[in-house]
Amino acid sequence: VLLRVICSPPQNYPLYIRSIPTENELKFHYTVHTSLDVVDEKISAMGKALVDQRELYLGLLYPTEDYKVYGYVTNSKVKFVMVVDSSNTALRDNEIRSMFRKLHNSYTDIMCNPFYNPGDRIQSRAFDNMVNSMMVQVC
Amino acid sequence: MADEALFLLLHNEMVAGLYRAAEQGEGENGRCTTKLESMGFRVGQGLIERFTKDTARFKDELDIMKFICKDFWTTVFKKQIDNLRTNHQGIYVLQDNKFRLLTQISAGKQYLEHAPKYLAFTCGLIRGGLSNLGIKSIVTAEVSSMPACK
Repeated sequence: VLLRVICSPPQNYPLYIRSIPTENELKFHYTVHTSLDVVDEKISAMGKALVDQRELYLGLLYPTEDYKVYGYVTNSKVKFVMVVDSSNTALRDNEIRSMFRKLHNSYTDIMCNPFYNPGDRIQSRAFDNMVNSMMVQVC
Repeated sequence: MADEALFLLLHNEMVAGLYRAAEQGEGENGRCTTKLESMGFRVGQGLIERFTKDTARFKDELDIMKFICKDFWTTVFKKQIDNLRTNHQGIYVLQDNKFRLLTQISAGKQYLEHAPKYLAFTCGLIRGGLSNLGIKSIVTAEVSSMPACK
């Protein structure tokens, strides 16, 4: 079970959402939205402490089920949020990080596409394929 | 070094082409500069995304300006900004004594009044880069003697 959302600053609306399986989407939307607040908190609190741009946190234990939520913020203030089922303990830190790097790379490619206006929803097939392959890998 | 010449020539042709189209079409001179600047804006956004992909997070505005002066300028124009001044209240002056896009045009005061046309794209480039990093800005350029510009 995975959900991937990218949000853009400063309006914080999602540019891209994908999840497997596809039911319970509303719950995922809610989870991601609340996690955005935590992300903002972390950015403002960081100050001089962390120089690295990746950010990882475990949290948001939902009443009925367990989820782990990971966040990642780029220098251009675009936030990536990933929600993973807690029962899926095979996912390690490195894998999450490499997934975020792949996301970031694909996002950069989209930005450089002259037909893409920053702020639109992401509709690129290459991006979809990349996300699909990542999710298939995990499930 | 062939890739530099490519961009230089393309840029000059862009400026010339836009102005030619304006004369034949609307006759609106002010809009050409805006078009050039907006082109630079969009390009700047994409470029900045690529360049900041692997760098560490920026701590504050001054950090971002330094990044622009060193890494960004080096990657785009193959040299660094010669001088950066600030009044610590939000105004930064970047001085480049041998601006790449102007060196081929003249080394004195000959074509001074045409210089702003060639700076519009770069102003947009900087503005786009800064806006993607979260800074709203106004970028202006002035040329007192080619090929230096502020």
